[in-house]
Amino acid sequence: MRLGWKAYQQDLGANPIEVITHATGDWTMRFLLITLSITPLRKLTKQPWLIRFRRMFGLFAFFYVSLHFLTYIWLDKFFNVHDMLADVLKRKFITVGFTGFVLLIPLAITSTTGWIRRLGGKRWQSLHRLVYVSAIAGVIHYLWLVKADMTKPLEYGFILFVLLGYRLAVSLGAKFGQKALIPAEQTPQ
Amino acid sequence: MLIKKGSDIKWSEVTPQRIYLDRRKFLAGMAVAGTTAAAGLGVRNLISPPVVRADGGSGLAPIPGLQKSPFSTTEKITPFKDVSNYNNYYEFSTDKYEPAGLAKNFRTSPWKVTIDGHVKKKQVLDVDEIIKMAPPEERIYRHRCVEGWSIVVPWIGFSLSELIKRAEPLDKAKFVEFTTILDMRQMPGQRTNVLDWPYVEGLRMDEAMHPLALLCFGMYGAALPNQDGAPLRMVVPWKYGFKSAKAIVRIRFVDKQPLNTWNRSAPNEYGFYSNVNPHVDHPRWSQAKERRLGEFFKRPTLMFNGYDQVASLYNGMDLKKNF
Repeated sequence: MRLGWKAYQQDLGANPIEVITHATGDWTMRFLLITLSITPLRKLTKQPWLIRFRRMFGLFAFFYVSLHFLTYIWLDKFFNVHDMLADVLKRKFITVGFTGFVLLIPLAITSTTGWIRRLGGKRWQSLHRLVYVSAIAGVIHYLWLVKADMTKPLEYGFILFVLLGYRLAVSLGAKFGQKALIPAEQTPQ
Repeated sequence: MLIKKGSDIKWSEVTPQRIYLDRRKFLAGMAVAGTTAAAGLGVRNLISPPVVRADGGSGLAPIPGLQKSPFSTTEKITPFKDVSNYNNYYEFSTDKYEPAGLAKNFRTSPWKVTIDGHVKKKQVLDVDEIIKMAPPEERIYRHRCVEGWSIVVPWIGFSLSELIKRAEPLDKAKFVEFTTILDMRQMPGQRTNVLDWPYVEGLRMDEAMHPLALLCFGMYGAALPNQDGAPLRMVVPWKYGFKSAKAIVRIRFVDKQPLNTWNRSAPNEYGFYSNVNPHVDHPRWSQAKERRLGEFFKRPTLMFNGYDQVASLYNGMDLKKNF
């Protein structure tokens, strides 16, 4: 939104395409992390209604990663398939970023209530755990592309580490029967 | 007879007592606010009348008597606004849009430059003395960043060789090393360890003596803005931008190849030579094309950034190895 407005005002600075690429990438990561924080937040604060926003935030993340990808294939590569393939194969950060994007596609498609029903809760849930891989890919993508200043990718990485760590602790807790770790209304998400 | 019961005024319309009692304060406040606003507008108009300057609006001291240079390109010059607001200057920030603001109060005067190492005339010169060594030339150069963007800038300066000749290097001097000022108080980026400070760059002696290598102290007809490397910087147009050290305080003549900052930071990604070369990719991205600021489509990157006259400096060298 803000990006659109600034573009309209021609206020995107000296290198607008770079600004657009970075902003859409940043917002993808932010929305991915928000999506992943819903479940811990919901359980820790015992606010089950928060779950209603998870799909929306997930789709926001997908929306931004799609824009990010579009910026790349259009404004960076000008739909030159050969250049793009070379990039995806040769450049590690593109490979990993592209992987993260591709993994999100089935999740966006199966995000509807109809698909949850069709797949069944359990299967749907395991499929949607791909988002963990995607988010990790996003952080690595960012880490591998910066020149020297790793502050921002490390910030995202740290938040992701905490969010995934929480899940690991919960599942390990469940495994070893340490009920204390598991909030009362625990149902696997 | 009609006797009205109570009043027609609803309680919701009654002014609360607190506000009623404070009404004088309120009026006084209004008056103050009004005058301030009016005065503010007036003062602003007095301080910065909307004038469009010939130098692109830098407001910096114009440099008179500029000579034209045969090295200048006729390509479209990038607007001053972009060149002075989009700066890779990690001493201030890793965000290219921040140095313009953060460098605003950077002190460039007095400014001493130490010339030492293997030279006959070791000396500490004031930057003003250096600027007067030779007549100022305007050189419109292409400038290609290792990140894949490029600009065309009308720099002002003269060939570094003018300074080198006057310093009279000894035979032992094989390289020239440039050091940027170290001043954490003024340069917030130096308080972080993104890179090893101070910033060091270098050239081989024959590169440094090449007439294209520019000792630069101005752009767009005026003095350098702080965020562009004031008061004294290098411009080496056939190399990636980071080879051109900014805010130079030391020029040292050495016998060994200097360890330049980016090379030290990531030796497999940034070499000592760092010549613009579309055939040698950065390990993480292609260098075949570049985005000229202000252009929608990318353009092919040229060998030596189009400055073929330097090719002979690298005869017989494997530029893939010596990237």
